[in-house]
Amino acid sequence: MMVPEFFQDHAPILVVILPLLGAFLTPLIGKASSRAPRYVAALFLLGSLAMVAVLADKVWSQSPIPVVYTLGAHSGSGINPVFRIQLVVDGLGVLMAIIMGIVSTAAVLYSWSFIDKYSGQDKYYTLLQLTAVGAYGMVLTGDIFNLFVFFEISSIALCGLVAFRTERGESFEAAFKYMLYSTISGVFLLFAIGIFYGEYGVLNMGVISEAMSSAGGASVLDKIALGLLVTVFSLKAGSVPMHMATPDAYSEAPGGISAIFVAASQTGLYALFRTSFTIYGHYNPNTGAFNLDTYTLGWIVVILGVLSMFIGVTMALVQKDIKRLMAYHAISQTGYMLLGVGVGIAVLSDPAKMTAFGVDAMRGGIFHIINHALYKGLLFLTAGAVFYRLQTRNLNEMHGLGHTMRFTTVFFMIGALAIAGMPPMNGFSSKLLIYESVYQFNPIIAVIAMLVSVLTLASFVKVFYSAFLGPKPENPPEDAPTSMLIGMTILVAVIIVFSLFPGLVVERLIDPAVRALLFPWLAGGV
Amino acid sequence: MLWQLPFVVSVALVAIGLYICIVKTNMVKIVMGVALMESGANLFLVALGYRENGTAPIFYQNPNPGAEMVMPTTQALTLTSIVIGVATTALLLAFTVMLYKRYGTVDTRRARRLRE
Amino acid sequence: MMRPMSKIVRSMGGVLYPLIAVFGGYLILHGHLTPGGGFQGGAVAASAVALVVVAYGGTLYKKGVLSTVESFGLLLFLGAGLIGMSAAFFANTLANAGGLFGDAVSFGVTDAGLNTGGTVPLMNIAVGCEVIGGLGLIILALSKAAFTREVD
Repeated sequence: MMVPEFFQDHAPILVVILPLLGAFLTPLIGKASSRAPRYVAALFLLGSLAMVAVLADKVWSQSPIPVVYTLGAHSGSGINPVFRIQLVVDGLGVLMAIIMGIVSTAAVLYSWSFIDKYSGQDKYYTLLQLTAVGAYGMVLTGDIFNLFVFFEISSIALCGLVAFRTERGESFEAAFKYMLYSTISGVFLLFAIGIFYGEYGVLNMGVISEAMSSAGGASVLDKIALGLLVTVFSLKAGSVPMHMATPDAYSEAPGGISAIFVAASQTGLYALFRTSFTIYGHYNPNTGAFNLDTYTLGWIVVILGVLSMFIGVTMALVQKDIKRLMAYHAISQTGYMLLGVGVGIAVLSDPAKMTAFGVDAMRGGIFHIINHALYKGLLFLTAGAVFYRLQTRNLNEMHGLGHTMRFTTVFFMIGALAIAGMPPMNGFSSKLLIYESVYQFNPIIAVIAMLVSVLTLASFVKVFYSAFLGPKPENPPEDAPTSMLIGMTILVAVIIVFSLFPGLVVERLIDPAVRALLFPWLAGGV
Repeated sequence: MLWQLPFVVSVALVAIGLYICIVKTNMVKIVMGVALMESGANLFLVALGYRENGTAPIFYQNPNPGAEMVMPTTQALTLTSIVIGVATTALLLAFTVMLYKRYGTVDTRRARRLRE
Repeated sequence: MMRPMSKIVRSMGGVLYPLIAVFGGYLILHGHLTPGGGFQGGAVAASAVALVVVAYGGTLYKKGVLSTVESFGLLLFLGAGLIGMSAAFFANTLANAGGLFGDAVSFGVTDAGLNTGGTVPLMNIAVGCEVIGGLGLIILALSKAAFTREVD
């Protein structure tokens, strides 16, 4: 590919700073023209997506060795680069960046029409780009304190966006609740970082894991830090015991933001897997020991996953608000990812089991992350389109939308089939990987996972019947505006590609991520 | 042993803040609880960087050679987390004000239209 | 919007305002030499804004000006990072290079010159602008909210 060397060299940081630059140009340009912010935001997010593509090419060509970018380093400055801020990008990080890039592009195009009537659009687009900055930064950085900073950036920007519809008191209620949870989790994260720094005197995650390894494995303090980190990141991901704020925030956010919210929440999963594998699952080839016997940790993650799956879907069945229903399904789907990768964490130290089913479980879990961001993003966008036309989210007040909102109906159907795991959709491929591998780990959990999938299908059939089928309404709503349809089409196109070529996607996108998590342990075994 | 006191205090601050967040129903008090928790975390970080008889980490002709300096990194971290704390506190207070305008109350037991 | 306070408060506010603002500016500009820096100086300068808002009511400041200052500060910060892109983002290529903030500094204990430090003072100025703008906006917004009493 003919990409100038400048972009090749600086791709990791450009991914983060392009939307940051756009975010601060937006309010300045917004003073000149009220329609300019939308173009600025789309331009800079597209630029960032292009940089992600350049970065992905570079990462995959040298997988599983990560791409390292050191901030502020003169060549030969004589200072050990691990004491500087480093961006460390491997297969998993770049996969998460791809997710964020696709979803944020779709969401910004979708927002053109969606928030056309609202004032304060420059602030909306600023915060949207800052959310992307937070998510990109979280998945690309190799420095655990930077991870905290980006974690807070994305939380604060998302809260501002949840409260964007200022005419509703409910949006402030949801935003307050989500902000409270994320601030408290931020304090715990800071404590965990303090513990690491106090013990090892570094903040670079790779160096922390090596220092822990040479100190003879995880100490008691490290285990406390691990408890804090698991709590914080599963809260960010919206897993069950800490899920109270998620449905409110998802359902009160404007349509495009709910989609981006899903992708931003999944950075919590990324951070959880990163700490589990890179820091605590570090394998020392000299002593043949791991930093921590991850069997218990794996089971904790698996149990979190099973609880999320089951409680999420049962809560979803009783909802009457279409976005709240989808939000509970988002919690339920998060359970699949935790389950898949949790199995991988549990059997990490057992090479026989790892090659028998652990790698497949991790493939399934990580494949499900990108699938879920795509189809749940799509479903939230369709729900936003319905809200845009009807000004209600109550399922009892809508019927027969399929008569006039044709594209939205088709898009909803594609998303619903994908989330229910119907063949041949992409959701089926990832769920099949999870079922097969989890069955070998523990059959009962696999049965629960299948049951949850059936309940998901039932729930979405209910929505489809009550909202899109039935008699034609008296004032049939028009289909969604063009820019919203374009936003949804982007996601649908990617979903269809993923559905048609699952093998290729797993090989090209998912395997580098799995290899990166297992590197250097079992590097050749995948 | 006395230099371990800040750790005890920081954990106590976080515990008190968490207690306030869980038990109190006034949203302004909850914001105060969050601010307390943040202070606890900041104190923890600063205390980590403390070295006994350490001097300020500025490069100058050291008055007593061999004396240690306190860690500057944790102070930088604390500064960052203070800035983030300012942002979150301001945002939470803004939400409280707007919620009061819409609902006429700052009591979390009465401000829960989402649950209905 | 809140009402102005009594004449005594307004006069004293007028006397103190320039002193606080200048002290804030000093902290920002000397951030690379003495304790302080962009955030601390910006916070001091923003307290001058708070003083004026409390004494004279919030009408003296326009939100647009403060938000422009804030955006400008952030763009300047990113710009200071981008200057070093020939080596890496945030690389301090201005230091010891002559020109703006580029006076050469020898290793060891030297006299502090204001025109040293490369991108560090630039970043301090950027952060200072950003903090004045941001905190000023927060003060204006909260003071406006606190003194209007309408409930739907």
